[in-house]
Amino acid sequence: MKISEDSAPILSALDRPNSYIGRSVPRPNLGRLTQGRAQYVSDLSLPRMAHVAFVRSPHAHARITRIERDAARRSPGVIAIVTGAELANVITPWVGVLTHLKGIKSAPQHAIAVERACWQGEAVCAVVARTRAEAEDACELVEVEYQELPAVTDPETALDAGTPIIHAELGDNLTFERVHVAGKPDEGFAEADAIVETTFVFGRHTGVTNEPRAIVADWNPGDARLTVYHGTQAPHMMQNLFAKHLGLEEHQVRVITKDVGGSFGIKVHAYADEMGIVALSKLLERPIKFVADRIESFVTDIHARDHRITARIGVKNDGTITAWEIDDLTGIGPYSVYPRTSGIEANQIVNLTGGPYSCANYRARARVVFQNKNVMCQYRAVGHPIATAVTEGLVELAAAKIDMDPLEIRRRNLIPDDAHPSSGPSGIKFEALSHHACLAHIDAMMDYAGLRAQQRHLRAQGVYRGIGLAAFVEVTNPSAAFYGIGGAKISAQDGVTVRLDAQGAIICHTGVTEQGQGAEAVIAQVAASSFGVPIERVRVITGDTDNTPYGGGTWASRAAGIGGEAAWQAGKALRANVLACAASILQAKPEHLDIRGGAIVDADSGTERLPLHELARIAYFRPDTLPPGFQAELVATRHYVPRQWPFAFTNGIQASHLEVDVDSGFVTLLKHWCVEDCGTVINPQLVDEQIRGGVVQGIGGALFEHCLYDERGQLLNGNMADYLVPMAAEMPDIEVGHVVTPTADSELGAKGAGEAGTAGAPAAVMNAINDALRPLGAKPLTEMPFTPGRILEALGKV
Amino acid sequence: MNERFHEIALEVNGEKVSERVDARTTLVDFLRERLALTGSHVGCEHGVCGACSVRVNGAVVRGCLMLAVQCDGMQVATIEGVARTDEIADLQQAFIERNALQCGYCTPGMLLTAQELLSSGGVPSREAIRAYLSGNYCRCTGYQAIIDAVEAVAHARAGAQR
Repeated sequence: MKISEDSAPILSALDRPNSYIGRSVPRPNLGRLTQGRAQYVSDLSLPRMAHVAFVRSPHAHARITRIERDAARRSPGVIAIVTGAELANVITPWVGVLTHLKGIKSAPQHAIAVERACWQGEAVCAVVARTRAEAEDACELVEVEYQELPAVTDPETALDAGTPIIHAELGDNLTFERVHVAGKPDEGFAEADAIVETTFVFGRHTGVTNEPRAIVADWNPGDARLTVYHGTQAPHMMQNLFAKHLGLEEHQVRVITKDVGGSFGIKVHAYADEMGIVALSKLLERPIKFVADRIESFVTDIHARDHRITARIGVKNDGTITAWEIDDLTGIGPYSVYPRTSGIEANQIVNLTGGPYSCANYRARARVVFQNKNVMCQYRAVGHPIATAVTEGLVELAAAKIDMDPLEIRRRNLIPDDAHPSSGPSGIKFEALSHHACLAHIDAMMDYAGLRAQQRHLRAQGVYRGIGLAAFVEVTNPSAAFYGIGGAKISAQDGVTVRLDAQGAIICHTGVTEQGQGAEAVIAQVAASSFGVPIERVRVITGDTDNTPYGGGTWASRAAGIGGEAAWQAGKALRANVLACAASILQAKPEHLDIRGGAIVDADSGTERLPLHELARIAYFRPDTLPPGFQAELVATRHYVPRQWPFAFTNGIQASHLEVDVDSGFVTLLKHWCVEDCGTVINPQLVDEQIRGGVVQGIGGALFEHCLYDERGQLLNGNMADYLVPMAAEMPDIEVGHVVTPTADSELGAKGAGEAGTAGAPAAVMNAINDALRPLGAKPLTEMPFTPGRILEALGKV
Repeated sequence: MNERFHEIALEVNGEKVSERVDARTTLVDFLRERLALTGSHVGCEHGVCGACSVRVNGAVVRGCLMLAVQCDGMQVATIEGVARTDEIADLQQAFIERNALQCGYCTPGMLLTAQELLSSGGVPSREAIRAYLSGNYCRCTGYQAIIDAVEAVAHARAGAQR
C-alpha cells in the first residue's frame, strides 16, 4: 500500500515500457462531444421511422374502464393507437424477482397497463404518429375512462390490516423482508455507556439524466431481426430481455449503444414503456422512436433512496462502539423493477451498515413495501449513501454524546489496516482495506486541526461552520454473486477482443460500455500497455451486441476493474501471438522479443527489429513467405470475472466543510475532500472526476433533490424548475486523494471508483450541518434533503 | 389566412435557410428535426437546464424558449457552426485536457455560454465563472473541471493579449 499524491501516477508491477497505466490520458471520444457531432439516441432518425407518445395515467391507482380512440385516430399524422391489451399479444409480461433475495415477490408487469394503472405516469395507451408533436396532439384526443381506486402511498401504513392490497394475488403489500443478526447486539447495547437512537429519513429522488431515456427500435421482417438503438448501460442484458419477451432468439436482436447523455444507474433497467417500443416496432414493422420528455422522466425514470431508518448505536466512554441496530422501511412503487429487483437497495443497506468498523454486534431488519408511486430501483451507489449516512450519522452523534472528537472515535473503531482479510458487521468480506491510511491522509489534506481552530474562532463571531466526516466502504467489481446467482441473465464476466489491423494498429471490442465515465479511454490505455503500442494506435468499440464479446456493461463500478482486466489479458494474449509470428519472421525466439512503442524489439536491448505494420503486411498479404506450418493468429479474446471475492470492496473517507446561515437556514458548501482507495489507479484524472461527479450527486440528495408526492400519489414537482439539482454556483471545489491497495484478484489490481463519491457525500454534509449547529442546541438533522426550512425548524426558528 | 404555418428565412451557421414552420415549433426542435443540427440538445424543455443553448444574433439564448418563427430574418449559430471556426478551439481543447465533460450532453451549451462569458474580456474569478454557468446543468462532472477549464482559457487569453 502506498499513499499517492493527488492525480499522480502510481508505480506497480504492471509497469511495462511506455505503460499508460497510471497516466491521465485524455479520452478518445471527446473531440466529437465538443463539436456537436455526438450520436445520442435522441439524435437518431431512420427511414420510415414513426414516433410514440404515451397516454399516461393521471391517477396513482385506477381501473381503466374504457379507452375511446376514434377521435384520436382521425388526428393528422396518426399511424396507430395501441392499448396495453393489444400489445400484450406481442410482448409478454415480467416479474422482477431474484431467487437469492429470499421471499421477494412482485406482480406481473406489462409494457402498457392492462385493465389497471398502478402509479401516476404509467402508460395506458400508445399513440404512434409521423412526428412526436402529432403523437402528442392525438394523445389529447384519446379518452380514457378511469375508476379511481384507493392509493397506497405511505410505507408506514402499507402493511396495516386496513390498507388496501395493491396486488390482491400477493396477499399483502410486502415485497421483501430481510432480518439479519450478527454477534451479540443485546449484550453490546447492555455494555454501552451511552446509546444514541434516532430516525433517519431519506428523500425519494432520481437521476435526472440530461438526455432523457431514449430508444429507437427497428424490427426488420425481411431479416427477422430487431435492431434497437438504446441509451442503456447494459446492451447484452437488454438483448436478452427484448428477445425473451418478444419470443425471439438472442441472435435475432442487436442492441446498439452509441453516446449516452448520462446514466447513473437510471439506464440499467427494463422500462415498461421501452419494452412497449420494441413491441410496437414488431407490431407495426417499422422503426419506432421514443424519447421521454422531462415530465415523463420524472414520473417514470426509476426513483431511489426513499427510506426511513430507525437506528441505534451503543458506545463506551472510551469511544468503543459496542452495537448497531437498524430498522429500515422503504416503499418501492407498485412493482419490483425488472430484472434487478427493487429489493437490492434495502438489502445493500443491511449489508453495508457499520461496514467500516470493527464492532460486529449487529441487528438489522429491512422491509420493502409496495405503494402507488413511481417505481424505485438501483441508482448510483445503491444503498451506500443511506447505509453510510446512518452509520456515520450514528458515529458522530455518539461522539458528541461522549464528548469525543469525531476523527478520534473513528480512529478507535475503524477496522485496522493490518486486520485484513476481514468482515463487516453483516458478514461482507473485505480482501484489503485502508481506512486508517485514508483517515491519516484526509486529516493532513484538510488540515483538520486548523479547521477546528478556525471553527472555534468564527463561532465566537456568530459564524457557524461545520466539519463533517464520513468513512465508507463501496461495492465494486461484482462477481456473479450480485445478480447471476439469483437467476438474472446479467453477465458478471466481461470480455475483450483485441485484433491487429493490417497497418499494425489494434482494435479492441469490449462488452463494457461508455457512459461518459471514460471506459473507452481505460480500455485503450490498458490494451496499449499490455500489447505495446502507442495509444493513438488503439481503437475501442463498445456498445454493440453484434460486435462485442458478451458482457455486463457498466454498473456497480465494474467497467475498469473487470473490463480493464479482460483488456489487459487480451492484450497480453495478442502480444504472445504477434511475438510468435515475429519470431518466425525474424528467426528468433519469442521470449527474446517484445512489443514496445508499436514495434517488435529485442527484449533485452530494446533495439527495434521489425515495425508492427511490416509484420501485419507479411502476415496478412505475404503469409506465403512464412515458414511452412506457421499460421499467424492476430486476434485474441480474453474474459474476466472476479472469482476469489464476491466483490472488490473499496474504502475511503470524505469530509465536508460548510457554513450555515442560522437566520435563513441556507447552507454554503465551502470545500469537500475525499480520500479513496480504488486499488490500481489506471487514469488518475478519470478517477478524480468520477469522485467529484459522484460527490456532487450525493450532495444533490443531501441538500436539494426530492420527488415530492401528495397523499394521493401525485408527484408535485416533476420539472426541473421545481425539482432542484446542484448548479455550478452552489458546488464547492472537491479535493481528491488516493491510497492504493490493489486487489489481488486481478493482475491489474483495479477496483471501481464510479460510486464512492455518491456513497459518502450525503453523510459528510449531514454531519457538517449538525456539527455547525451543535453549539446552538439544534435538534440533529437526520431528514434529507436538508432544506433551509428544515434547518430553521431544527433551530426552533420556525 | 392560415396563421399556424409561417414562411421564415434566416441564416443558420452562415447558410441561408428558408422553411415553412408550424408556429409552435421551438427553435431547438427546428434546428434538430428540420435542419438535422443535433448538436444542440433538449434537456428540460422549459428553459432551466441550458442544454439547448444556441446563439441568436450573437447572444446565447435557450432554444427551447424561443420559437422558430421568432427567428425570421435572424442569424443563428449552433455548436456545429461555431466549432467549424477557430473561435472556441482553445476552449474545446481545455475541456478535453481537463476532462471537463463526461457524457457530453451539456457540453455544446456549456461551451457557448462559457465563450459568451470569456468574450466579455478579463479574467473572471472562479465564483464569477460558477455564477455565469449556473444556468447550464451538468449531471456528470460536479462542475469543478468545467470551471478549471474555463479559468485556464481566461488566463491563457489574457496572457496572449498582454
